[in-house]
Amino acid sequence: MTTSPSLSPVSNPGADVLLTAENITKSFGGIHALKSASITMRRGEITALIGDNGAGKSTLVRCLSGIHKPDSGTITLDGEQVVFETPHHASQSGIETVHQNLALVEELAVWQNFFLGRELTRRLGLIRTLDRKAMKAHAAELLQDLAVNAPSVTSKVRRLSGGQRQAVAIARAAGRNSKIVIMDEPTAALGVQETARVEHVINTLRDSGVAVLLISHNFDQVMRLADHIWVMRAGVAVAGRRASATSGDELVALITGARAA
Amino acid sequence: MAPMLANIRELSFWAENAASIGLVALVIVFSFLSPAFLTLGNIRAMLIAAAILVILAVAQAFVITTGGIDLSISATMTLGAVGFGLSWSAGRGFVISTVIGILTAALVGLVNGLLIARGKVTDFIATLATLSVATGLALILSDGKPIAVNSSQLLRLTTGSIGIFGYPIILAAVIGAVAWFVMFRTRFGLHVQAVGGNDESAIANGISAVRVRIATYLIAAGLAGVAALLLVARIGAAEPAINTQYLLNSIAAVVLGGVSLTGGKAKIVGPIVGALLLTALTNGLTLLGVSQFYQPLAVGIVVVLAALLTRFQKK
Repeated sequence: MTTSPSLSPVSNPGADVLLTAENITKSFGGIHALKSASITMRRGEITALIGDNGAGKSTLVRCLSGIHKPDSGTITLDGEQVVFETPHHASQSGIETVHQNLALVEELAVWQNFFLGRELTRRLGLIRTLDRKAMKAHAAELLQDLAVNAPSVTSKVRRLSGGQRQAVAIARAAGRNSKIVIMDEPTAALGVQETARVEHVINTLRDSGVAVLLISHNFDQVMRLADHIWVMRAGVAVAGRRASATSGDELVALITGARAA
Repeated sequence: MAPMLANIRELSFWAENAASIGLVALVIVFSFLSPAFLTLGNIRAMLIAAAILVILAVAQAFVITTGGIDLSISATMTLGAVGFGLSWSAGRGFVISTVIGILTAALVGLVNGLLIARGKVTDFIATLATLSVATGLALILSDGKPIAVNSSQLLRLTTGSIGIFGYPIILAAVIGAVAWFVMFRTRFGLHVQAVGGNDESAIANGISAVRVRIATYLIAAGLAGVAALLLVARIGAAEPAINTQYLLNSIAAVVLGGVSLTGGKAKIVGPIVGALLLTALTNGLTLLGVSQFYQPLAVGIVVVLAALLTRFQKK
Protein backbone atom coordinates (compact mmCIF):
# COMPACT_ATOMS: atom_id res chain seq x y z
CA MET A 1 0.00 0.00 0.00
CA THR A 2 1.62 3.21 -1.10
CA THR A 3 0.41 6.76 -0.88
CA SER A 4 1.21 9.81 -2.88
CA PRO A 5 1.64 12.32 -0.10
CA SER A 6 1.27 15.65 -1.82
CA LEU A 7 -1.75 14.81 -3.92
CA SER A 8 -3.92 12.56 -1.81
CA PRO A 9 -2.72 12.13 1.73
CA VAL A 10 -5.72 10.05 2.70
CA SER A 11 -4.81 6.45 2.22
CA ASN A 12 -8.33 5.30 2.85
CA PRO A 13 -10.80 8.00 1.79
CA GLY A 14 -13.65 6.32 3.62
CA ALA A 15 -12.00 6.71 7.02
CA ASP A 16 -13.07 9.31 9.54
CA VAL A 17 -10.57 12.08 8.91
CA LEU A 18 -10.28 14.67 11.69
CA LEU A 19 -7.38 16.76 10.50
CA THR A 20 -5.83 17.32 7.11
CA ALA A 21 -2.70 19.37 6.59
CA GLU A 22 -2.09 19.93 2.91
CA ASN A 23 1.04 21.19 1.19
CA ILE A 24 2.35 23.05 4.23
CA THR A 25 5.48 25.06 3.55
CA LYS A 26 7.53 27.06 5.99
CA SER A 27 10.89 28.76 5.54
CA PHE A 28 13.15 30.47 8.03
CA GLY A 29 15.33 32.87 6.09
CA GLY A 30 16.82 30.74 3.31
CA ILE A 31 16.13 27.44 5.03
CA HIS A 32 13.11 25.54 3.76
CA ALA A 33 12.09 23.62 6.86
CA LEU A 34 8.87 22.38 5.29
CA LYS A 35 8.50 21.84 1.55
CA SER A 36 4.91 20.93 0.91
CA ALA A 37 4.23 18.53 3.73
CA SER A 38 0.85 16.82 3.89
CA ILE A 39 -0.55 14.54 6.59
CA THR A 40 -3.92 13.41 7.84
CA MET A 41 -5.12 12.32 11.24
CA ARG A 42 -8.14 10.20 12.00
CA ARG A 43 -10.53 10.33 14.89
CA GLY A 44 -9.76 7.95 17.73
CA GLU A 45 -6.31 7.09 16.43
CA ILE A 46 -2.74 7.64 17.47
CA THR A 47 -0.86 9.11 14.55
CA ALA A 48 2.92 9.05 14.79
CA LEU A 49 5.26 11.48 13.12
CA ILE A 50 8.78 10.15 12.68
CA GLY A 51 11.90 11.28 10.88
CA ASP A 52 15.50 12.21 11.39
CA ASN A 53 16.58 15.38 13.17
CA GLY A 54 15.92 18.32 10.87
CA ALA A 55 13.35 16.42 8.80
CA GLY A 56 10.74 19.04 9.68
CA LYS A 57 8.69 17.22 12.35
CA SER A 58 8.94 19.99 14.90
CA THR A 59 8.19 22.70 12.37
CA LEU A 60 5.09 20.87 11.15
CA VAL A 61 3.91 20.36 14.72
CA ARG A 62 4.53 24.01 15.52
CA CYS A 63 2.37 24.95 12.53
CA LEU A 64 -0.43 22.72 13.83
CA SER A 65 -0.21 24.08 17.37
CA GLY A 66 -0.22 27.71 16.30
CA ILE A 67 3.36 28.59 17.21
CA HIS A 68 4.36 29.08 13.56
CA LYS A 69 2.15 30.31 10.77
CA PRO A 70 2.71 28.31 7.57
CA ASP A 71 3.93 30.25 4.50
CA SER A 72 1.42 28.34 2.40
CA GLY A 73 -0.83 25.32 2.56
CA THR A 74 -4.08 24.61 4.34
CA ILE A 75 -5.09 22.98 7.60
CA THR A 76 -8.57 21.49 7.77
CA LEU A 77 -9.95 20.51 11.16
CA ASP A 78 -13.27 18.69 11.37
CA GLY A 79 -14.15 19.72 7.82
CA GLU A 80 -13.41 23.38 8.38
CA GLN A 81 -10.36 25.23 7.15
CA VAL A 82 -8.51 26.84 10.07
CA VAL A 83 -5.74 29.43 10.36
CA PHE A 84 -3.99 29.66 13.73
CA GLU A 85 -2.43 32.99 14.66
CA THR A 86 -1.42 31.94 18.19
CA PRO A 87 -1.18 28.77 20.32
CA HIS A 88 -4.20 30.04 22.24
CA HIS A 89 -6.12 30.09 18.97
CA ALA A 90 -5.19 26.48 18.23
CA SER A 91 -6.15 25.52 21.74
CA GLN A 92 -9.57 27.13 21.34
CA SER A 93 -10.10 25.10 18.19
CA GLY A 94 -9.33 21.94 20.12
CA ILE A 95 -5.64 21.32 19.45
CA GLU A 96 -3.55 21.09 22.64
CA THR A 97 0.18 20.52 22.70
CA VAL A 98 2.18 18.87 25.46
CA HIS A 99 5.63 20.37 25.00
CA GLN A 100 8.78 18.64 26.09
CA ASN A 101 9.25 21.07 28.99
CA LEU A 102 5.61 20.30 30.03
CA ALA A 103 4.89 23.93 31.06
CA LEU A 104 4.25 22.99 34.69
CA VAL A 105 5.06 25.18 37.70
CA GLU A 106 6.91 22.97 40.20
CA GLU A 107 6.05 24.99 43.30
CA LEU A 108 2.32 24.72 42.63
CA ALA A 109 0.04 21.78 43.41
CA VAL A 110 -1.21 19.44 40.70
CA TRP A 111 -4.72 20.93 40.71
CA GLN A 112 -3.32 24.46 40.47
CA ASN A 113 -1.24 23.47 37.45
CA PHE A 114 -4.23 21.73 35.95
CA PHE A 115 -6.26 24.92 35.78
CA LEU A 116 -3.45 27.44 35.43
CA GLY A 117 -4.69 30.31 33.28
CA ARG A 118 -8.20 28.78 33.13
CA GLU A 119 -9.16 28.77 36.79
CA LEU A 120 -12.70 28.02 37.86
CA THR A 121 -14.07 30.76 40.08
CA ARG A 122 -17.19 31.43 42.04
CA ARG A 123 -18.78 34.59 43.30
CA LEU A 124 -18.31 35.59 46.92
CA GLY A 125 -20.24 38.81 47.24
CA LEU A 126 -18.53 41.31 44.98
CA ILE A 127 -15.35 39.35 44.43
CA ARG A 128 -14.49 36.24 42.50
CA THR A 129 -12.63 33.55 44.40
CA LEU A 130 -11.04 30.32 43.25
CA ASP A 131 -13.41 27.38 43.28
CA ARG A 132 -10.81 25.13 44.84
CA LYS A 133 -13.17 22.25 45.56
CA ALA A 134 -14.44 22.03 42.01
CA MET A 135 -10.95 22.30 40.54
CA LYS A 136 -9.52 19.61 42.82
CA ALA A 137 -12.43 17.26 42.11
CA HIS A 138 -12.28 17.82 38.36
CA ALA A 139 -8.50 17.36 38.21
CA ALA A 140 -8.65 14.20 40.34
CA GLU A 141 -11.35 12.72 38.14
CA LEU A 142 -9.45 13.33 34.91
CA LEU A 143 -6.18 12.05 36.33
CA GLN A 144 -7.74 8.91 37.73
CA ASP A 145 -9.39 8.15 34.40
CA LEU A 146 -6.07 8.39 32.61
CA ALA A 147 -3.28 7.25 34.86
CA VAL A 148 -2.81 4.13 36.96
CA ASN A 149 -0.50 5.74 39.50
CA ALA A 150 -2.29 9.07 39.53
CA PRO A 151 -0.62 11.45 42.00
CA SER A 152 -2.70 13.23 44.62
CA VAL A 153 -3.99 16.51 43.20
CA THR A 154 -2.83 18.39 46.28
CA SER A 155 0.82 17.37 46.04
CA LYS A 156 3.28 19.81 44.59
CA VAL A 157 4.53 19.01 41.09
CA ARG A 158 8.06 19.24 42.51
CA ARG A 159 7.44 15.98 44.38
CA LEU A 160 6.24 14.03 41.32
CA SER A 161 8.25 11.61 39.23
CA GLY A 162 8.93 12.37 35.57
CA GLY A 163 6.19 9.99 34.48
CA GLN A 164 3.65 11.50 36.84
CA ARG A 165 4.50 14.97 35.59
CA GLN A 166 3.99 13.77 32.03
CA ALA A 167 0.65 12.26 33.03
CA VAL A 168 -0.41 15.54 34.63
CA ALA A 169 0.55 17.51 31.52
CA ILE A 170 -1.27 15.05 29.24
CA ALA A 171 -4.38 14.93 31.42
CA ARG A 172 -4.40 18.73 31.53
CA ALA A 173 -4.26 18.91 27.73
CA ALA A 174 -6.98 16.29 27.42
CA GLY A 175 -9.15 18.07 29.95
CA ARG A 176 -9.42 21.18 27.85
CA ASN A 177 -12.06 19.69 25.58
CA SER A 178 -9.41 18.92 23.03
CA LYS A 179 -9.98 17.01 19.83
CA ILE A 180 -6.28 16.55 19.21
CA VAL A 181 -3.42 16.27 21.69
CA ILE A 182 0.06 16.70 20.24
CA MET A 183 2.90 15.12 22.22
CA ASP A 184 6.53 15.88 21.56
CA GLU A 185 8.77 13.01 22.71
CA PRO A 186 6.63 12.28 25.79
CA THR A 187 8.93 9.58 27.15
CA ALA A 188 12.34 10.89 26.07
CA ALA A 189 13.55 11.46 29.64
CA LEU A 190 11.87 8.49 31.33
CA GLY A 191 12.94 5.05 32.51
CA VAL A 192 11.38 1.79 31.34
CA GLN A 193 8.65 1.56 33.97
CA GLU A 194 7.70 5.22 33.72
CA THR A 195 7.61 4.94 29.93
CA ALA A 196 5.16 2.04 30.18
CA ARG A 197 2.91 4.09 32.44
CA VAL A 198 2.92 7.09 30.12
CA GLU A 199 2.20 4.82 27.15
CA HIS A 200 -0.77 3.53 29.09
CA VAL A 201 -1.96 7.11 29.54
CA ILE A 202 -1.62 7.75 25.81
CA ASN A 203 -3.58 4.57 24.98
CA THR A 204 -6.33 5.49 27.43
CA LEU A 205 -6.53 8.91 25.89
CA ARG A 206 -6.96 7.42 22.43
CA ASP A 207 -9.63 5.04 23.71
CA SER A 208 -11.54 8.00 25.08
CA GLY A 209 -11.85 9.31 21.53
CA VAL A 210 -9.10 11.94 21.41
CA ALA A 211 -6.81 11.90 18.40
CA VAL A 212 -3.14 11.87 19.40
CA LEU A 213 -0.24 13.12 17.30
CA LEU A 214 2.90 11.53 18.64
CA ILE A 215 6.41 12.67 17.79
CA SER A 216 8.91 10.02 18.79
CA HIS A 217 12.37 8.79 17.96
CA ASN A 218 11.62 5.42 19.48
CA PHE A 219 10.53 2.98 16.72
CA ASP A 220 9.48 0.30 19.17
CA GLN A 221 7.25 2.78 20.87
CA VAL A 222 5.78 3.99 17.59
CA MET A 223 5.05 0.40 16.53
CA ARG A 224 3.49 -0.30 19.94
CA LEU A 225 1.26 2.76 20.07
CA ALA A 226 0.52 4.17 16.64
CA ASP A 227 -2.31 3.28 14.29
CA HIS A 228 -0.87 5.33 11.47
CA ILE A 229 2.66 6.53 10.86
CA TRP A 230 3.89 9.43 8.78
CA VAL A 231 7.56 9.49 7.81
CA MET A 232 9.21 12.84 7.18
CA ARG A 233 12.37 13.47 5.25
CA ALA A 234 13.83 16.82 4.18
CA GLY A 235 10.68 18.83 4.85
CA VAL A 236 8.26 16.45 3.16
CA ALA A 237 6.01 13.72 4.54
CA VAL A 238 7.41 11.08 2.21
CA ALA A 239 5.27 8.17 3.28
CA GLY A 240 2.22 7.21 5.28
CA ARG A 241 1.77 3.66 6.57
CA ARG A 242 -0.72 1.78 8.67
CA ALA A 243 1.23 0.45 11.66
CA SER A 244 -0.19 -2.99 10.98
CA ALA A 245 1.20 -2.98 7.46
CA THR A 246 4.78 -1.91 8.07
CA SER A 247 7.86 -2.89 10.03
CA GLY A 248 10.67 -1.17 11.87
CA ASP A 249 13.04 -2.01 9.04
CA GLU A 250 10.79 -0.42 6.45
CA LEU A 251 10.44 2.73 8.57
CA VAL A 252 14.21 3.04 8.94
CA ALA A 253 14.59 2.64 5.19
CA LEU A 254 11.98 5.33 4.57
CA ILE A 255 13.60 7.72 7.04
CA THR A 256 17.07 7.39 5.59
CA GLY A 257 15.82 7.43 2.01
CA ALA A 258 17.21 3.96 1.29
CA ARG A 259 13.75 3.09 0.17
CA ALA A 260 11.49 5.39 -1.84
CA ALA A 261 7.91 5.81 -0.78
CA MET B 1 1.58 12.84 69.15
CA ALA B 2 4.19 10.46 67.78
CA PRO B 3 4.32 12.02 64.29
CA MET B 4 4.45 15.42 65.95
CA LEU B 5 7.51 14.35 67.95
CA ALA B 6 9.10 12.89 64.86
CA ASN B 7 8.46 16.23 63.17
CA ILE B 8 10.24 18.13 65.90
CA ARG B 9 13.35 16.04 65.46
CA GLU B 10 13.55 17.04 61.81
CA LEU B 11 15.46 20.19 60.94
CA SER B 12 12.90 21.05 58.28
CA PHE B 13 10.27 21.54 60.99
CA TRP B 14 12.44 24.22 62.60
CA ALA B 15 13.24 25.73 59.24
CA GLU B 16 9.60 25.97 58.16
CA ASN B 17 8.59 27.62 61.43
CA ALA B 18 11.72 29.63 62.15
CA ALA B 19 9.87 32.91 62.67
CA SER B 20 7.22 31.58 65.07
CA ILE B 21 9.72 29.55 67.08
CA GLY B 22 12.10 32.51 67.19
CA LEU B 23 9.32 34.82 68.34
CA VAL B 24 8.27 32.46 71.15
CA ALA B 25 11.89 32.01 72.20
CA LEU B 26 12.48 35.76 72.27
CA VAL B 27 9.35 36.40 74.29
CA ILE B 28 10.38 33.77 76.86
CA VAL B 29 13.95 35.07 77.13
CA PHE B 30 12.99 38.74 77.36
CA SER B 31 10.18 38.14 79.85
CA PHE B 32 12.73 36.45 82.13
CA LEU B 33 15.28 39.22 81.71
CA SER B 34 12.89 42.15 81.97
CA PRO B 35 9.70 42.19 84.03
CA ALA B 36 8.41 45.11 81.94
CA PHE B 37 8.49 43.09 78.71
CA LEU B 38 5.27 41.13 79.07
CA THR B 39 3.18 43.91 80.56
CA LEU B 40 0.01 44.90 78.69
CA GLY B 41 1.36 48.40 78.15
CA ASN B 42 4.52 47.13 76.53
CA ILE B 43 2.71 44.57 74.39
CA ARG B 44 0.41 47.32 73.19
CA ALA B 45 3.38 49.57 72.39
CA MET B 46 5.17 46.76 70.59
CA LEU B 47 2.17 45.94 68.43
CA ILE B 48 1.77 49.59 67.42
CA ALA B 49 5.48 49.82 66.67
CA ALA B 50 5.22 46.65 64.56
CA ALA B 51 2.38 47.90 62.33
CA ILE B 52 4.50 49.71 59.73
CA LEU B 53 6.95 46.84 59.39
CA VAL B 54 4.11 44.30 59.12
CA ILE B 55 2.61 46.23 56.19
CA LEU B 56 5.97 46.62 54.46
CA ALA B 57 6.76 42.93 54.99
CA VAL B 58 3.45 41.94 53.36
CA ALA B 59 4.26 44.25 50.43
CA GLN B 60 7.76 42.84 50.11
CA ALA B 61 6.38 39.28 50.35
CA PHE B 62 4.27 39.84 47.22
CA VAL B 63 7.24 41.15 45.26
CA ILE B 64 9.58 38.41 46.48
CA THR B 65 7.00 35.74 45.55
CA THR B 66 7.31 36.85 41.92
CA GLY B 67 11.05 36.31 42.23
CA GLY B 68 11.76 40.04 42.43
CA ILE B 69 12.78 42.41 45.17
CA ASP B 70 11.74 45.97 45.99
CA LEU B 71 14.66 47.98 47.36
CA SER B 72 12.68 51.20 46.92
CA ILE B 73 9.97 50.26 49.39
CA SER B 74 11.02 52.47 52.31
CA ALA B 75 11.91 55.38 50.02
CA THR B 76 8.46 54.95 48.46
CA MET B 77 6.95 55.16 51.93
CA THR B 78 8.92 58.36 52.62
CA LEU B 79 7.76 59.91 49.35
CA GLY B 80 4.18 58.91 50.15
CA ALA B 81 4.52 60.58 53.55
CA VAL B 82 5.80 63.78 51.94
CA GLY B 83 2.93 63.62 49.42
CA PHE B 84 0.49 63.35 52.31
CA GLY B 85 2.20 66.16 54.22
CA LEU B 86 2.26 68.57 51.26
CA SER B 87 -1.39 67.91 50.51
CA TRP B 88 -2.30 68.40 54.16
CA SER B 89 -0.39 71.66 54.49
CA ALA B 90 -2.04 72.86 51.27
CA GLY B 91 -5.31 72.70 53.21
CA ARG B 92 -6.80 69.55 51.71
CA GLY B 93 -8.52 67.31 54.21
CA PHE B 94 -7.38 64.07 55.79
CA VAL B 95 -9.13 61.76 53.32
CA ILE B 96 -7.92 63.53 50.19
CA SER B 97 -4.40 63.78 51.60
CA THR B 98 -4.43 60.07 52.38
CA VAL B 99 -5.45 59.27 48.82
CA ILE B 100 -2.76 61.60 47.45
CA GLY B 101 -0.14 60.00 49.70
CA ILE B 102 -1.05 56.50 48.53
CA LEU B 103 -1.18 57.57 44.85
CA THR B 104 2.21 59.27 45.14
CA ALA B 105 3.67 56.04 46.47
CA ALA B 106 1.86 53.95 43.85
CA LEU B 107 3.49 56.05 41.13
CA VAL B 108 6.89 54.70 42.21
CA GLY B 109 5.46 51.18 42.00
CA LEU B 110 4.17 51.82 38.50
CA VAL B 111 7.63 52.97 37.41
CA ASN B 112 9.20 49.90 39.07
CA GLY B 113 6.73 47.58 37.36
CA LEU B 114 7.17 49.15 33.92
CA LEU B 115 10.97 49.14 34.20
CA ILE B 116 11.13 45.53 35.36
CA ALA B 117 8.30 43.87 33.41
CA ARG B 118 8.39 45.88 30.17
CA GLY B 119 11.90 47.33 30.20
CA LYS B 120 13.41 44.01 31.31
CA VAL B 121 15.65 45.87 33.77
CA THR B 122 16.87 43.63 36.62
CA ASP B 123 14.62 44.16 39.68
CA PHE B 124 17.65 44.90 41.84
CA ILE B 125 18.90 47.68 39.58
CA ALA B 126 15.48 49.16 38.79
CA THR B 127 14.41 49.48 42.41
CA LEU B 128 17.87 50.68 43.46
CA ALA B 129 17.41 53.49 40.97
CA THR B 130 13.87 54.32 42.13
CA LEU B 131 15.09 54.15 45.74
CA SER B 132 17.42 57.00 44.89
CA VAL B 133 14.86 58.88 42.78
CA ALA B 134 12.11 58.64 45.42
CA THR B 135 14.50 59.72 48.18
CA GLY B 136 15.64 62.66 46.08
CA LEU B 137 12.09 63.68 45.19
CA ALA B 138 11.03 63.55 48.83
CA LEU B 139 13.93 65.86 49.75
CA ILE B 140 13.26 68.23 46.85
CA LEU B 141 9.49 68.44 47.38
CA SER B 142 9.80 69.04 51.14
CA ASP B 143 12.89 71.20 50.81
CA GLY B 144 14.54 68.79 53.20
CA LYS B 145 12.39 69.87 56.14
CA PRO B 146 9.77 67.94 58.08
CA ILE B 147 6.20 68.99 57.35
CA ALA B 148 4.22 69.18 60.59
CA VAL B 149 0.80 67.52 60.40
CA ASN B 150 -1.66 68.29 63.18
CA SER B 151 -4.62 66.22 62.18
CA SER B 152 -7.12 65.03 64.74
CA GLN B 153 -7.90 61.97 62.59
CA LEU B 154 -4.22 61.10 62.47
CA LEU B 155 -3.99 61.51 66.24
CA ARG B 156 -6.93 59.16 66.69
CA LEU B 157 -5.24 56.66 64.37
CA THR B 158 -2.18 56.47 66.62
CA THR B 159 -3.87 56.67 69.99
CA GLY B 160 -7.12 54.79 69.44
CA SER B 161 -7.35 51.12 70.31
CA ILE B 162 -9.64 48.18 70.85
CA GLY B 163 -8.37 46.46 73.99
CA ILE B 164 -4.60 46.15 73.72
CA PHE B 165 -4.78 46.41 69.95
CA GLY B 166 -4.08 49.92 68.72
CA TYR B 167 -5.63 51.04 65.44
CA PRO B 168 -2.30 50.81 63.57
CA ILE B 169 -1.87 47.09 64.27
CA ILE B 170 -5.56 46.49 63.51
CA LEU B 171 -5.06 48.19 60.15
CA ALA B 172 -1.94 46.05 59.57
CA ALA B 173 -3.83 42.89 60.55
CA VAL B 174 -6.67 43.70 58.14
CA ILE B 175 -4.11 44.29 55.37
CA GLY B 176 -2.44 41.00 56.25
CA ALA B 177 -5.76 39.12 56.10
CA VAL B 178 -6.72 40.67 52.76
CA ALA B 179 -3.23 39.94 51.39
CA TRP B 180 -3.51 36.31 52.47
CA PHE B 181 -6.90 36.04 50.77
CA VAL B 182 -5.66 37.62 47.57
CA MET B 183 -2.55 35.43 47.48
CA PHE B 184 -4.18 32.10 48.21
CA ARG B 185 -7.81 32.41 47.18
CA THR B 186 -7.86 34.48 43.98
CA ARG B 187 -6.71 33.97 40.41
CA PHE B 188 -4.35 36.90 40.70
CA GLY B 189 -2.57 35.38 43.71
CA LEU B 190 -2.20 32.06 41.92
CA HIS B 191 -0.75 33.86 38.92
CA VAL B 192 1.71 35.71 41.16
CA GLN B 193 2.94 32.36 42.46
CA ALA B 194 3.03 30.84 38.98
CA VAL B 195 5.05 33.72 37.51
CA GLY B 196 7.49 33.52 40.42
CA GLY B 197 7.75 29.74 40.20
CA ASN B 198 8.33 29.45 36.47
CA ASP B 199 7.43 32.39 34.28
CA GLU B 200 7.91 30.45 31.04
CA SER B 201 5.35 27.86 32.09
CA ALA B 202 3.00 30.58 33.32
CA ILE B 203 3.21 32.36 29.97
CA ALA B 204 2.70 29.06 28.10
CA ASN B 205 -0.57 28.72 30.04
CA GLY B 206 -1.79 32.10 28.86
CA ILE B 207 -0.82 34.19 31.90
CA SER B 208 0.57 37.65 31.20
CA ALA B 209 3.73 37.75 33.32
CA VAL B 210 4.17 41.42 32.40
CA ARG B 211 0.78 42.39 33.82
CA VAL B 212 1.22 40.28 36.94
CA ARG B 213 4.62 41.86 37.67
CA ILE B 214 3.40 45.44 37.12
CA ALA B 215 0.39 44.79 39.36
CA THR B 216 2.61 43.30 42.07
CA TYR B 217 4.96 46.30 42.21
CA LEU B 218 1.93 48.60 42.18
CA ILE B 219 0.37 46.77 45.13
CA ALA B 220 3.65 46.83 47.06
CA ALA B 221 4.05 50.57 46.54
CA GLY B 222 0.40 51.22 47.38
CA LEU B 223 0.90 49.37 50.67
CA ALA B 224 4.02 51.47 51.29
CA GLY B 225 1.69 54.47 50.84
CA VAL B 226 -0.61 53.11 53.56
CA ALA B 227 2.44 52.56 55.79
CA ALA B 228 3.39 56.18 55.08
CA LEU B 229 0.18 57.28 56.76
CA LEU B 230 1.14 55.38 59.93
CA LEU B 231 4.65 56.83 59.74
CA VAL B 232 3.30 60.39 59.62
CA ALA B 233 0.86 59.57 62.41
CA ARG B 234 3.64 58.22 64.60
CA ILE B 235 6.02 61.15 64.16
CA GLY B 236 3.36 63.82 63.83
CA ALA B 237 5.12 65.10 60.76
CA ALA B 238 6.01 64.05 57.22
CA GLU B 239 9.77 63.70 57.34
CA PRO B 240 11.90 63.27 54.23
CA ALA B 241 14.31 61.13 56.28
CA ILE B 242 15.93 58.09 54.77
CA ASN B 243 14.36 55.03 56.43
CA THR B 244 16.91 52.42 55.37
CA GLN B 245 16.24 50.35 58.46
CA TYR B 246 12.67 49.75 57.29
CA LEU B 247 13.90 48.49 53.92
CA LEU B 248 16.36 46.05 55.41
CA ASN B 249 13.90 44.87 58.05
CA SER B 250 11.14 44.33 55.48
CA ILE B 251 13.40 41.97 53.55
CA ALA B 252 14.64 40.40 56.79
CA ALA B 253 11.06 39.78 57.94
CA VAL B 254 10.26 37.99 54.67
CA VAL B 255 13.40 35.87 54.93
CA LEU B 256 12.58 35.09 58.58
CA GLY B 257 9.11 34.10 57.40
CA GLY B 258 10.66 31.32 55.36
CA VAL B 259 10.11 32.77 51.89
CA SER B 260 12.78 31.88 49.36
CA LEU B 261 14.20 34.85 47.46
CA THR B 262 14.09 32.78 44.26
CA GLY B 263 10.33 33.23 44.16
CA GLY B 264 7.33 30.99 43.63
CA LYS B 265 6.90 30.07 47.28
CA ALA B 266 4.28 32.36 48.75
CA LYS B 267 3.85 33.05 52.45
CA ILE B 268 1.99 35.86 54.17
CA VAL B 269 1.73 34.76 57.82
CA GLY B 270 5.45 33.94 58.00
CA PRO B 271 6.64 37.45 57.01
CA ILE B 272 4.10 39.00 59.42
CA VAL B 273 5.46 36.88 62.28
CA GLY B 274 8.96 37.81 61.08
CA ALA B 275 8.06 41.49 61.37
CA LEU B 276 6.69 40.93 64.90
CA LEU B 277 9.87 39.09 65.83
CA LEU B 278 12.13 41.89 64.66
CA THR B 279 10.03 44.45 66.54
CA ALA B 280 10.08 42.34 69.74
CA LEU B 281 13.85 41.99 69.39
CA THR B 282 14.39 45.75 69.16
CA ASN B 283 11.91 46.42 71.94
CA GLY B 284 13.42 43.82 74.27
CA LEU B 285 16.95 45.08 73.76
CA THR B 286 15.80 48.63 74.48
CA LEU B 287 14.07 47.51 77.69
CA LEU B 288 17.26 45.76 78.79
CA GLY B 289 19.13 49.00 78.31
CA VAL B 290 21.27 47.64 75.49
CA SER B 291 22.69 50.48 73.41
CA GLN B 292 20.85 51.26 70.17
CA PHE B 293 24.10 50.58 68.35
CA TYR B 294 23.71 46.88 69.05
CA GLN B 295 20.26 46.60 67.50
CA PRO B 296 21.29 46.36 63.84
CA LEU B 297 23.92 43.83 64.91
CA ALA B 298 21.26 41.71 66.64
CA VAL B 299 18.93 41.93 63.63
CA GLY B 300 21.79 40.88 61.37
CA ILE B 301 22.62 37.85 63.49
CA VAL B 302 18.97 36.75 63.63
CA VAL B 303 18.61 37.06 59.85
CA VAL B 304 21.79 35.08 59.21
CA LEU B 305 20.57 32.32 61.52
CA ALA B 306 17.19 32.28 59.78
CA ALA B 307 18.81 32.18 56.35
CA LEU B 308 20.99 29.25 57.41
CA LEU B 309 17.91 27.46 58.76
CA THR B 310 15.93 27.90 55.54
CA ARG B 311 18.48 25.68 53.83
CA PHE B 312 16.84 22.82 55.67
CA GLN B 313 13.33 23.58 54.45
CA LYS B 314 11.56 20.80 52.65
CA LYS B 315 12.02 21.14 48.93
